[in-house]
Amino acid sequence: MGRYIGKSMKRFEDPRFLQGKGSYVANLQLPNIAHLAILRSPYGHANIRSINTKNAEALDGVIAVFTGQDLIDGGVGALPCGWTPPGIKVPVRYPLTVDRVRHVGDGVAAVVAEDPYIAADALELIEVDYEPLPAVVDARETTYDGYPLVHDDIPNNVSYTWALGDKEAAENALRDADHVIELELINQRLIPNAMEPRAAAAQWNHATGEMTVWTTSQNPHPIRLLLSAFTLHIPENKLRVISPDVGGGFGSKIFHYPEEVITPWVARAINRPVKWVATRSESYLTDSQGRDHVTVAKLAVKADGTFTGVYVSTWSNQGAYLSTFAPLIPTALYITLLSGLYKIPAIYGEMWGTLTNTVPVDAYRGAGRPEASYVLERLVDLAAQELGMDPIEIRRKNFIPANEFPYQTPVAFLYDSGDYQKLFDKAVEVADYAKMRKNQETARQEGRLVGIGVSGCIEASGPAPSAVAGSLGSAVGFWESAKIRVHPTGKVAVFTGSHSHGQGHETTFAQVAADELGLDIEDVEIVHGDTASVPFGMGTYGSRSAAVGGSALVKAAEKIRAKSIKIAAHQLEAAEEDIVYDRANGKIHVKGSPDKAMAFGQIAFASYTAHNLPVGMEPGLEENAFYDPANFTFPNSAHISQVEVDRETGQVTIQRYISIDDVGSVINPLIVDGQIVGGIAQGVGQALFEHGVYDENGQLLSGSMLDYALPRADLLPMIETARVETPSPHNPLGVKGAGEMGTIAATVTIANAVMDALAPLGITHIDMPLTPEKIWQAIQFAEKGG
Amino acid sequence: MYPPNFEYYRASTLNEAVALLSQHNGAKVIAGGHSLIPLMKLRLTDPGVVVDIGRLNELKGIGNSGGTIKIGGLTTHAMIANSEQVPAGLAEAAGMVGDPQVRNRGTVGGNVSHADPASDLPTILLALGATFHMVGPNGQRAVSADDFFMGLFQTALQEDEILTRIEVPVEGPGISSAYAKLPHPASRYAILGAGASLIVQDGKCTRARVAVGGVTPSATRLPSVEAALVGTALDADTIVSASESAANDLGPADLQGDIFASADYRRAIAPVFVRRAIEAAAARTQ
Repeated sequence: MGRYIGKSMKRFEDPRFLQGKGSYVANLQLPNIAHLAILRSPYGHANIRSINTKNAEALDGVIAVFTGQDLIDGGVGALPCGWTPPGIKVPVRYPLTVDRVRHVGDGVAAVVAEDPYIAADALELIEVDYEPLPAVVDARETTYDGYPLVHDDIPNNVSYTWALGDKEAAENALRDADHVIELELINQRLIPNAMEPRAAAAQWNHATGEMTVWTTSQNPHPIRLLLSAFTLHIPENKLRVISPDVGGGFGSKIFHYPEEVITPWVARAINRPVKWVATRSESYLTDSQGRDHVTVAKLAVKADGTFTGVYVSTWSNQGAYLSTFAPLIPTALYITLLSGLYKIPAIYGEMWGTLTNTVPVDAYRGAGRPEASYVLERLVDLAAQELGMDPIEIRRKNFIPANEFPYQTPVAFLYDSGDYQKLFDKAVEVADYAKMRKNQETARQEGRLVGIGVSGCIEASGPAPSAVAGSLGSAVGFWESAKIRVHPTGKVAVFTGSHSHGQGHETTFAQVAADELGLDIEDVEIVHGDTASVPFGMGTYGSRSAAVGGSALVKAAEKIRAKSIKIAAHQLEAAEEDIVYDRANGKIHVKGSPDKAMAFGQIAFASYTAHNLPVGMEPGLEENAFYDPANFTFPNSAHISQVEVDRETGQVTIQRYISIDDVGSVINPLIVDGQIVGGIAQGVGQALFEHGVYDENGQLLSGSMLDYALPRADLLPMIETARVETPSPHNPLGVKGAGEMGTIAATVTIANAVMDALAPLGITHIDMPLTPEKIWQAIQFAEKGG
Repeated sequence: MYPPNFEYYRASTLNEAVALLSQHNGAKVIAGGHSLIPLMKLRLTDPGVVVDIGRLNELKGIGNSGGTIKIGGLTTHAMIANSEQVPAGLAEAAGMVGDPQVRNRGTVGGNVSHADPASDLPTILLALGATFHMVGPNGQRAVSADDFFMGLFQTALQEDEILTRIEVPVEGPGISSAYAKLPHPASRYAILGAGASLIVQDGKCTRARVAVGGVTPSATRLPSVEAALVGTALDADTIVSASESAANDLGPADLQGDIFASADYRRAIAPVFVRRAIEAAAARTQ
């Protein structure tokens, strides 16, 4: 139908980024700007006896120094938690802590100075008298009696508990099973590492009482709401939040951070523009982190390989405070995913959200769903091993059949669409799976440790609908907005409430708008990230932009077309129902008479001259739409990887990676492939080396790129991608989320591949990251002990 | 990352650079800046004065004179990695330093002067028996690799001296070298790096120098391994058994590890990389 949707197009934004012409918060220039730096706790847990700022204040070029108490006295409120299940105890968190530090990096004081060098010098002159306290860092141990309390008013460091499913049914399934597969595992702490460190800037207009805040956020409108209602207390109509070009987020830039409050507060206090830019070291100590689960999981299996029940208990480390959406991740985005691609009659999941002396944890690419996939797909592989079945065979035996969609799982979700057998047909074909297994057999006979990993993963993307989210504890809705402003010449500006920080909205949203209105794509401009111009929107996370934001755009375009048809009918003197809007070329003509036509530009011009409009019609051509999705979308995947383990060193080499994904209909295959491949790289990083490590005192031992290993291009083979498309039936574009599937699937695929390689040695599980040393130790133990 | 204030001098001659170092106590030399700048930005070092020798072109480049390869201190890792003149193992090691940006900016002089225990070049240069030439207020002097690397971030180079060039032997028939490494996935420094330099005459190994890095405070030779190779035909079994004795030369004292790879693990896998380096070097002598 359209000229653009479904076409691989290079991203319009890339020339700007590749030439260093992006506009980021850090390169924002404002006259007379002052520079903010934050003094951070070197201790994981300590009382603050006193803070002496005199020497810092005396340093030439220092404008002011503020403590947490100064901010509270100045009206600053505590940072809110936006997802609160019943019974939750939310620890109080001010932008700067007042009398106690609870993680290394906790903010203690703020310096504002004439330049960032002076600010950094001044930090060294602030004297803080700390009384170190015992710390606790482990997700499960923190709940034990007698362990240090992170917050005195939260017993056993349990902020909340949550459970879903039929416990009795799951217990019965385990009791009656022919085989019970049991696994205790750790899903380790990850540190997101967006390419651009977080930053904030603010300009206060003393004359008008207006505050403008620039921030590296994935969702500027919710940040404005939180600043206005909870933390800064500036009326929403006087507050403008701009999130310009943002260099990646992976979830870590969703949340409302202390520096977003401190920067504007200081700007008002000193009546000058102020900017704060995180150092990479600060990113490691203050950006919300990911994962960190301790889990005990059981799978009930019949002798023929049929799954009959799942029972999962998880301790989820939330860090020292609850970040904005922290409780959402291990609850409604984790336990709800434990059905995977399978028909499992009885599922029960329970979890404890626990507090520790570590950096707060929140959504990180995949957010709960990779944790669920890891648990379930490890169990499935172990079941296949125990039953002597091929891992694909056991999965195929348990798939939800294609004719049973929509499918209601026992853990809340109603899956929209999918064809998992077809997905695996494709994977087996692309991989030439039978040949892979044959080659593996040959390699094994040669004494080589070659493994093939398989996974079948489900994702729930585009959280929805708002009413259900509200009933589950959400403080916000999950709809999206779009506005189409047609200029008098027929050129179009599209305002979306979602936000691009690497996703490529300026290209994909333009593809949708151009096709919906029949325009040349060059005539469409995408605007996002500024609360002054864009209608209130919810931002970008959870792979929601195309499914929710794209759908809002389609709705707005429908309204533009409807009004255009009315104008054309009036001017061409035809009945509305006889007018055809040709979306191939943007011509609006009388049915059967293509010559009796108006171009889109003529309609636009007519709407603004208003010389000849239908009676009662408002001039202009501009429409708003809000779209509240009826359901999540459920992308799914079949991934296969081949690895080889160096028996002498434990080093893993990835030899092949095949990724077959169903992300519904595809707007831009090039961008989807980019999302899938990038996501796989991140998933591989978790499987093989990424690990946020804290010592017993809460010191972060992996606080730099020297120690925290991110995946690099030369560690990956060329990734073989293909797709199966089952359109989502409940949104107008048929799209499902594509941003997180790679990450969700890759971690467990690689873990399964390494375990398959080690299977001849009798090794069944090693906790991630699967470093050479851990694998080597397991091999030594197996060869000597076994 | 904002370093404390410092004074910056750009030297236009080697003599001027030496004079600046003598005038300013504690001054640091900067060339590629890949070791010094990160330390300053993290405020782990505060030299006060920085002397830039980056434009002393006479210190840049690779030459061959009288059977010796001379490598200027300002020669980048990339230049060494792409050189056909330098010993095979040195080019191999230089090609494994960091990433392309680091190799294009970082210099061999800066690398060995910094003497990071997990750095690749000290290990291979020790195996090659390189000679380090330096100049200071008292003139020029030369130090052998065996005496140059003295410990953790410690070399024979004095604070007021500048490393001008490194000399290594020319390789040819019967003489070759190799470097093998397990890189840290984050830093790309060596978890374990092994360098081997062999001379073979009439089918017999007449000289072997073998060194490891990444596990010891500074690059360290392995005398037991070397002794087990000399006089042999470097057959496969000999190389395997000689490499096994690497563990003997790495006493548990002072061994280095980190959260990714413990000292015990590094010591345990040392024989693997020692063997791989010797095997590759031996193959190249043929």
